Amino acid sequence: MGRQPIHPRPGSAFSLGSKLAVAAPYLWLLGFFLVPFLIVVKISLSETAIAQPPYTPVLDVAAGWQGIRDFVAGLSFANYITIAGDDLYVFSYLKSLKVAAVSTALLLLCGLPLAYAMARAPRSVRPLLVTLVVLPFWTSFLIRVYAWINILQRDGLLNQALLWLGLIDQPTTWLATDTAVYIGLVYSYLPFMVLPLYASLEKLDETLLEAAADLGCPRWRAFFVITIPLALPGLGAGALLCFIPIVGEFVIPDLLGGSDAAMIGQTLWTEFFANKDWPVASAVAVVLVVLLVAPISVYQYLQTREIEGRPRGRPRGGRRGGP
Amino acid sequence: MRRGFAPWADPTAAPLVRFENVSKHFGDVTAVDRLSLDVYRNEFFALLGPSGCGKTTLLRLLAGFEMPDGGRVLLDGRDIAAVPPHQRPVNMMFQSYALFPHLSVAGNIAFGLRQDGLAKAAISARVDEMLALVKLEGLGGRRPDQLSGGQRQRVALARSLAKRPQVLLLDEPMAALDRKLREETQFELIDLQARLGLTFVIVTHDQEEAMTVAHRIAVMDKGRIVQAATPAEIYEQPRSRWVAEFVGDVNLIEGVVLETGAGEAMIVDKGGRRYRVTADVAVGAQVFIALRPEKVRIQAVPAPPDAPNAMRGRVWDIGYLGGVSIYKVRLDDGAVVKASVANVARLTGQAIGADDEVWLSWPPDAAVVLTS
Repeated sequence: MGRQPIHPRPGSAFSLGSKLAVAAPYLWLLGFFLVPFLIVVKISLSETAIAQPPYTPVLDVAAGWQGIRDFVAGLSFANYITIAGDDLYVFSYLKSLKVAAVSTALLLLCGLPLAYAMARAPRSVRPLLVTLVVLPFWTSFLIRVYAWINILQRDGLLNQALLWLGLIDQPTTWLATDTAVYIGLVYSYLPFMVLPLYASLEKLDETLLEAAADLGCPRWRAFFVITIPLALPGLGAGALLCFIPIVGEFVIPDLLGGSDAAMIGQTLWTEFFANKDWPVASAVAVVLVVLLVAPISVYQYLQTREIEGRPRGRPRGGRRGGP
Repeated sequence: MRRGFAPWADPTAAPLVRFENVSKHFGDVTAVDRLSLDVYRNEFFALLGPSGCGKTTLLRLLAGFEMPDGGRVLLDGRDIAAVPPHQRPVNMMFQSYALFPHLSVAGNIAFGLRQDGLAKAAISARVDEMLALVKLEGLGGRRPDQLSGGQRQRVALARSLAKRPQVLLLDEPMAALDRKLREETQFELIDLQARLGLTFVIVTHDQEEAMTVAHRIAVMDKGRIVQAATPAEIYEQPRSRWVAEFVGDVNLIEGVVLETGAGEAMIVDKGGRRYRVTADVAVGAQVFIALRPEKVRIQAVPAPPDAPNAMRGRVWDIGYLGGVSIYKVRLDDGAVVKASVANVARLTGQAIGADDEVWLSWPPDAAVVLTS
């Protein structure tokens, strides 16, 4: 089926206003994403210097052609070679990917039943449930993570509760462990998993499950052969929406985690603020972006498919119909 | 339709499906009200009624999506209350078709067979057979959204037939089709039902559809069955005013029985007009005469003096429907009687035009006298 081109035909007049409206998001991305990123790429190819700014070369436009030539000659991939050769960075990346993968899996385990229960709740209470999921956003993210420090510390709420329940004899160390990081991550990212999942599941036509049952499929199996496949776009969106930012997460591992193995966000922070090594920090950032391009493009693809998507199920004309 | 197929008239025949005093409530709404009904093996049974009369609920009770609040649903003599939907030997074709959007046509048809754990070869053979049955050969690989409405309907039918259910339930199966396709599909359904030797229960609000396809029709209103009988009986011998009005077009004349004798009754209406009708009623009873428009004779010349039930009037309105024309005739006292005439000749012009003076008459056995 042919899609009508949405571009104006040659010669058709678009007002300056509508041109600006179309251009605005691109200008935004150009000014606040692409240009800063190119600056970071440039810095990553530079060398540390005790100067202002703390790297060389710096483009000297006043020197004309010679300046540009000196500038380009001064650039090198040395920082990338450093990163590739140093276990500290490699382990940091691997640790980040591992933490992101494990917490995404945990988020799926927690988010799927939650989203499913929300989508199956009576229509009238669903908006309330969505509000409840979004409610934590009303408090600053940082404050909520600090609250977890409180809960997880030695005489914190969690230990007290476990002692009271008789599950442990003496306080356990939670803070500064990977467990604490996972708790913090799952808590913080749960809405990003639940909301897209809920959006997918909520659209699911109940008649399809009845049809499956009618054809001999028990309810639990229908969940796997009907519900999950039809919720796949939401599942993918939720997983990537969590996985991508968790890889670069800094605050949660820094506040709740231990000092044994840093995630890449922490490593980057150390390079930048403690070691004042801007070029290496920039190189770490560029590699991180490149690593995340793959999952981001998968997410993009899923999004496009969802938007242009096939109609899933037809609106039912039955008694439970209606939007 | 097979002649002589009338298991409902045989007191020794055991019904395949039996609703026994079944009730179903949704909150304050009574969807099914102490309803009893028998459907026999190989029968094509229609549940006909206005929306909200409980016909779809009846189907869903049989499929197992709803549980009765009272009474029993029996399949082949067995109470199926404890049998969950996925274990009932009953399949349903949904009004929305409910095709699985992530599966191909073949995948949809094979879905039920896979649940039974059939061998791959057996499944694919059955899928091919079903595709041929609904004339969709070669479309097995398509997705539901790549099909036309009519094709989707056929896939839904094939899917619900694939498991050879003891009873096939059809919930408004043709509601989404255009008229031409609907008529074709009706005849195909009749053919399929006879060929496969299955029992079909169809829910519809379209009386023509019910009359075309079904051996018997149950006319429902407010959760109860008003009349369950063959299409001809329903049309010619409606049991109540409600049935007469719901099925087909009818003239209803309210009156009182004046005298009876020799199987006939003399009925007088409010305007004092007298009617001679074949009926077995008591003198003094309040009754309605139900008279189908096609049974009324309309003439441009005065009826002979001995013609029964002759009335003079003036043509008030003519509805030309192609095959027939409906004449609305206003009598002297203002009452309007509808008479339909088959348009047997072409291009001769209408013998009777608007505002013409006409005479109506009908034989005593043309009408039915209803007491409720």
